Amino acid sequence: MSEKRNVYLDYSATTPTKPEVVETMIPYFTEKFGNPSAIYTIGANAKDAIDDARAKIAELINADPREIIFTSGGTESDNWAIIGTARKLQKKGKHIITTKIEHHAVLHSCAELEKEGFDVTYLNVDHDGIVDLDELKAAIRPDTILITVMMVNNEMGAVQPIAEIGKIAKEHNIVFHSDTVQALGNVPIDVKELGVDMISMSSHKIYGPKGIGAIYIRRGYNLPEYIYGGAQENKKRAGTENVPGIVGFGKAAELARINFDAHVKHVSELRDHFVKRVLAEIPHTYYNGSREHRHPGNANITFEYVEGESILLYLDAKGISTSSGSACSSKSLQPSHVLTAMGIPVVLIHGSIRFTFGDPTTMEDVDYAVDSLKEIIARLREITSMNVDLS
Amino acid sequence: MGMYNDKVVEHFMHPHNVGEIDGASGVGVYGSPVCGDMMQMSIKVNDEGVITDAKFKTYGCGSAIASSSIATDMIIGKTCEEALKITNEDVIKELGGLPSVKIHCSILSEQSIKAAIYDYAQKNGLEFEGLKDFDPNADEDEAESCEVPEA
Ligand SMILES: Cc1ncc(COP(=O)(O)O)c(C=O)c1O
Repeated sequence: MSEKRNVYLDYSATTPTKPEVVETMIPYFTEKFGNPSAIYTIGANAKDAIDDARAKIAELINADPREIIFTSGGTESDNWAIIGTARKLQKKGKHIITTKIEHHAVLHSCAELEKEGFDVTYLNVDHDGIVDLDELKAAIRPDTILITVMMVNNEMGAVQPIAEIGKIAKEHNIVFHSDTVQALGNVPIDVKELGVDMISMSSHKIYGPKGIGAIYIRRGYNLPEYIYGGAQENKKRAGTENVPGIVGFGKAAELARINFDAHVKHVSELRDHFVKRVLAEIPHTYYNGSREHRHPGNANITFEYVEGESILLYLDAKGISTSSGSACSSKSLQPSHVLTAMGIPVVLIHGSIRFTFGDPTTMEDVDYAVDSLKEIIARLREITSMNVDLS
Repeated sequence: MGMYNDKVVEHFMHPHNVGEIDGASGVGVYGSPVCGDMMQMSIKVNDEGVITDAKFKTYGCGSAIASSSIATDMIIGKTCEEALKITNEDVIKELGGLPSVKIHCSILSEQSIKAAIYDYAQKNGLEFEGLKDFDPNADEDEAESCEVPEA
């Protein structure tokens, strides 16, 4: 076993801000601090910087810059798209279709609408974590006003057939939103091909700063304002703009576009090596989620007979940071809703861990993580009270 | 390590008395894998009714392992009656505190001590004052309640 090292394997939770990104942001805290709404030069310069960032984000997803509105992140974009659309269209109908595997930013927005009298259908997923288009078609009713389906799942990385869902939504004249927070920079997004009316994006998942994100709103779809106040963001989203954040997000989007192929190749090679070694070298392990339609840097693995939190703590002691949707006692915390929806038994969910790889990850990091896991899982299986037959 | 104090960390990273006792006087299991934690406690009791050895095996999170480890330390050298007086609060105190979401894990060790002594009492036709309220099937009711997770 090699020496202890710090290995971060939670890039789907958040990413470090790239130094080039930080560099572009710094002047906007200090000498270029002007309010973008002001008419004098330093204000106008800040406004130009925002527009430049807007163009970069538009380019990453093949949108028109006028279709990009900055928000505080993925959560706000999801809330706005869903609650804004529901309230706008409630005279037409009160039915919304989503899935059982959405991020809480979507699920809790839907739950809020249920309290207001909306009816929400939560689509199932198959064992790979993917929705069934026939089930979607069957769920559509005359009063369906919105379909919201995430593009890439944050826990097990499954990629949903968004373009097909876009076609179905269009045929039925239903507004279509997709949470593309995990997809951005990891799978190609072309809003025109996908047929989406809105998508949610977040900067901190693509090596940009936290607390900044955007929503794409297709030209021709009028999403009512959600935050009331000044006339910023084309009167769509009030509040003095987070200029350094926007500039940083713009730079991160530019880098994500330029580095896309290299990034996907790098993280998928690391992920594939990791998965191959873990499944071959640690008995009683399972790889959760689609192999074919998957986030390039996501591995979700079940280690049978051991509980997730104890694995995370032992990994942390080795310098390895990663996460699980599992919990010590379901008395206080529920097992992952995503793995539950995939039909994975609760006992196996308790032993499931998400490993996500990023640009700074090296092959040495991956090998160190696998070597550590072998030792940790063997140790925890000595301690476990479940009868382990490792033959 | 985040929400755990040093003593808890020490106990889950380097647990004491892991395993099973050959020819144990009593073995008890409490908890359920469905709920995320399950502990097995085995004890050796001498002719004077003193617990001379205790070993555990636990499936569960860090605090479940730490609570199990310290519980074995706490009962070795005690009589069965004394061991039956140990409450989950005693376990928490001995660990120097547990996060509130992890209190359940200390109940696991209290109940496993009782389950092991119950088994010993059953095998030897003994009765203990401290077992009069003990329900050996309590964890099965619990398993039912956490089988169905919320959507
Ligand atoms: C799929 C998904 N949607 C939404 C969010 C929320 O994004 P943010 O942290 O920018 O609010 C996340 C991040 O955790 C995510 O993974």
